Amino acid sequence: MAERSEEVKLLGMWASPFSRRVEIALTLKGLPYEFSEQDIANKSPLLLQSNPVHKMIPVLLHNGKPISESLVILEYIDDTWQHNQILPQDPYDKAIARFWARFVDEQIYVTAMKVVGKVGEERDAAVEATRDLLKLMEKELVGKDFLGGESLGFVDIVATLVAFWLMRTEEVVGVKVVPVEMFPEIHRWVKNLLDVDVIKKCIPPEGEHLNYIRARMDSLKLKSV
Amino acid sequence: MGDEVILLDYWPSMFGMRTRVALEEKNIKFDYREQDLFNKSPILLEMNPVHKKIPVLIHNGKPVCESLIQVEYIDETWPGDNPFLPSDPYQRAQAKFWGDFIDKKVYGPTRLIWGAKGEEQEAGTKEFIEMLKMLESELGDKTYFGGETFGYVDIALIGFYCWFDVLEKCGNFSIEAECPKLIAWAKRCMKRESVAKSLPDSDKITKFVPELKKKIGIE
Repeated sequence: MAERSEEVKLLGMWASPFSRRVEIALTLKGLPYEFSEQDIANKSPLLLQSNPVHKMIPVLLHNGKPISESLVILEYIDDTWQHNQILPQDPYDKAIARFWARFVDEQIYVTAMKVVGKVGEERDAAVEATRDLLKLMEKELVGKDFLGGESLGFVDIVATLVAFWLMRTEEVVGVKVVPVEMFPEIHRWVKNLLDVDVIKKCIPPEGEHLNYIRARMDSLKLKSV
Repeated sequence: MGDEVILLDYWPSMFGMRTRVALEEKNIKFDYREQDLFNKSPILLEMNPVHKKIPVLIHNGKPVCESLIQVEYIDETWPGDNPFLPSDPYQRAQAKFWGDFIDKKVYGPTRLIWGAKGEEQEAGTKEFIEMLKMLESELGDKTYFGGETFGYVDIALIGFYCWFDVLEKCGNFSIEAECPKLIAWAKRCMKRESVAKSLPDSDKITKFVPELKKKIGIE
């Protein structure tokens, strides 16, 4: 096999769950990469050039070739470096994993954003709606250490959004969106995640992250006034 | 082989059409079951309890939901000699990117074009044309989105084609004038038996939309 310098670069953002999930995947595979922190408010020429369609992070650059959309990137990483597989092998299990990943991103994330972005009655409604969605995730965890089964998999990596973003907003928002009495399985799962070195290494540091969420929430409130 | 394949679907759905085309392309015999979305059947509610939406692919009793997930599942389960996705990881990623783009950016505007009026409708039309132009640019001079072989992105987009007539009428614009290469591509796809079998006639859709609007309570 010819020697080739693998150049892996990630255009990302330290507080973004979508960016961090790519870092988790790269770290799980033991792949060295260059992280390039992007300023979303002032997008770099490289970002605009690499993702002209959406102009968003994360973008993975592999030997200069860009891949955008975090779920597409995760599958690309799994396809390209086939050790330590993230997705299950069986087509049916894969289909289920893809379904739940989309559920997290398209349902939970969208609804949970309203918890941070709204106030009063609208926020209460968003909390209710988020809990309804989380009840489905709670069911999936019964009898399992991880959403992927015995070990961390694709859906766990995607659902870190719930564990380390949604659940962290509770402190800032002052609402227990995911109370342990209602969601014992999810809380157990978060503890399991925190036992995994790669996860500990790749999630944003809590203190700074809470400050960031607080600042974002304030700016969202200002916008809606 | 003893495979039981059932498809819970709704005839005008451009998402259901994806799964129909995929199954036809692989020559899979399936039991097509038309669903009444205004009176959802027990099997639909049981097989897609999370979203309660069509299409639902049921393979030997096990449900797969979400049309693009179904297309990949079909490709992986029955690879045959016509894979929908290229084997090269980078090209696969590009195909999945465009499939995701169609889901996120093309469907929404179409709802505004046939379902809204005035400024909202105009905005939908503008957005729709912009998104089609991006797709047309991605297609370029290729026969299909993947090159010489019909595949994932073609399957993801072609169902919208039978809606073009009604969209043009509602939005008062010509898709062919804006995106001639895309229309040429669609016509090429329509020549495939799998596509011709799976898409309803345009005029059926055009007649159906006013009825649909009444059903969902839009004037």
